[in-house]
Amino acid sequence: MKVLVAVKRVVDYNVKVRVKPDNSGVDLANVKMSMNPFCEIAVEEAVRLKEKGVASEIVVVSIGPTQAQEQLRTALALGADRAILVESADELNSLAVAKLLKAVVDKEQPQLVILGKQAIDSDNNQTGQMLAALTGYAQGTFASKVEVSGDKANVTREIDGGLQTVALNLPAIVTTDLRLNEPRYASLPNIMKAKKKPLETLTPDALGVSTASTVKTLKVEAPAARGAGIKVKSVAELVEKLKTEAKVI
Amino acid sequence: MSILVIAENTNSALAPATLNTVAAAQKIGGDIHVLVAGQGVGAVAEAAAKIAGVAKVLVADNAAFAHQLPENVAPLVAELGKAYSHVLAAATSNGKNILPRVAAQLDVDQISEIVSVESPDTFKRPIYAGNAIATVQSSAAVKVITVRATGFDPVAGEGGSAAIENVSAGGDAGKSAFVGEELAKSDRPELTAAKIVVSGGRGMQNGDNFKHLYTLADKLGAAVGASRAAVDAGFVPNDMQVGQTGKIVAPQLYIAVGISGAIQHLAGMKDSKVIVAINKDEEAPIFQVADYGLVADLFEAVPELEKLV
Repeated sequence: MKVLVAVKRVVDYNVKVRVKPDNSGVDLANVKMSMNPFCEIAVEEAVRLKEKGVASEIVVVSIGPTQAQEQLRTALALGADRAILVESADELNSLAVAKLLKAVVDKEQPQLVILGKQAIDSDNNQTGQMLAALTGYAQGTFASKVEVSGDKANVTREIDGGLQTVALNLPAIVTTDLRLNEPRYASLPNIMKAKKKPLETLTPDALGVSTASTVKTLKVEAPAARGAGIKVKSVAELVEKLKTEAKVI
Repeated sequence: MSILVIAENTNSALAPATLNTVAAAQKIGGDIHVLVAGQGVGAVAEAAAKIAGVAKVLVADNAAFAHQLPENVAPLVAELGKAYSHVLAAATSNGKNILPRVAAQLDVDQISEIVSVESPDTFKRPIYAGNAIATVQSSAAVKVITVRATGFDPVAGEGGSAAIENVSAGGDAGKSAFVGEELAKSDRPELTAAKIVVSGGRGMQNGDNFKHLYTLADKLGAAVGASRAAVDAGFVPNDMQVGQTGKIVAPQLYIAVGISGAIQHLAGMKDSKVIVAINKDEEAPIFQVADYGLVADLFEAVPELEKLV
């Protein structure tokens, strides 16, 4: 079974981003970039499926700038077999990304596509579901467990208030939640080997996909700051303040 | 303008987040219709008809919608949604699961987790874990939007008298099946709807120690949450996680116990009215957002707090 994994290059999760003074966006100059954490979990899940003998080939794809090759090489070092970069310098909305991924799915015909549930930059949580709509496949979002047997995948999902398990006909789309697995680190020999693995570069034009969008960002601002309050000296003082000053208990 | 609001429901009850979503719809302005999809949802439809400001309730009662499988529900919503200027759902796990599939079927972009309505086509939404707020404008024929409940005060659940109309569209797409679910059974209020939330972090040291928080929460009538660090460490299940990748809460009172205050946690709770932090590390970033900070050993402070409230 072929597995396709989509990964996104984003600001490293440890970076505290700053809004640009002209409110046109956040300042990404000289900021550390990494693979989106949920995408790392997606790559790890695919690698585990291959280790179990369920997956035979892992293709990793990213839609992004030339530098997204770095994240693709990371995925190759973690165990993906080959990579595809759909190069786009513009920041694309989820629907455009889903359309590009659909074109890749048409080419590659994977049985399972694994994506992160959301990217930590745009926080949209849309691409997997949109890809499922465009391909007409079943979707198992926010997965904390994936079991493939025969032509079905049983996916346990993190939902409000607990867990839900659904059975999906393959091919299917899965998006990862935090507890699906703990991603491994790439070993140095594997990082070296990854440099020799194939990486193909495509463009939206070559895939025949329009990336036009109906949503535009007018401005980006810093959130209203919340000032620090006071330190209380004892539990008794805290309770007193909550009762008489804040009046919340 | 006309707005279709997807009712969040469990087949037997209407979820409170629906009232916040209707509130967002009222800010947009126009006729508000509520879609109740599920199985045996008569009582939900009646509850939806009573929501203040709702003009019509559409009921899609079908076994295929019983578990809100997106493969079945999204085509229904997309089909009905074509006739509206806006389609709104709460940014719950269910809304997030279904609505992007609807948007793609309608070939429009989706706007996720809006926290304010600036005009019928312009909205504000947090990005980068709430470290920036984007103002976005949509030119889509149908604007497909998920609504963050904490951004909108709920409308009244009583007082309306909307007409109820059955719709026959849709059925089983035959792509997926419900296998089962495990819902946490709790007498405590639901995390996102609670007036008081008590949350624990890595400082709790293990899952067993959360009992101190449960005792305190029960005395306060509070819900119990956790930081991602506590969930990652396996202390408590993920559905208790408050933060960018978990639940977003904005209670009257948020008590953070043994939580350092990582950006991703703050993103989930910084709109709380009053924040209390109890942490033995006085340099912990949580104190920068707390209205009341107590530098203390939580294993002494929490039992004492429980006695005094």
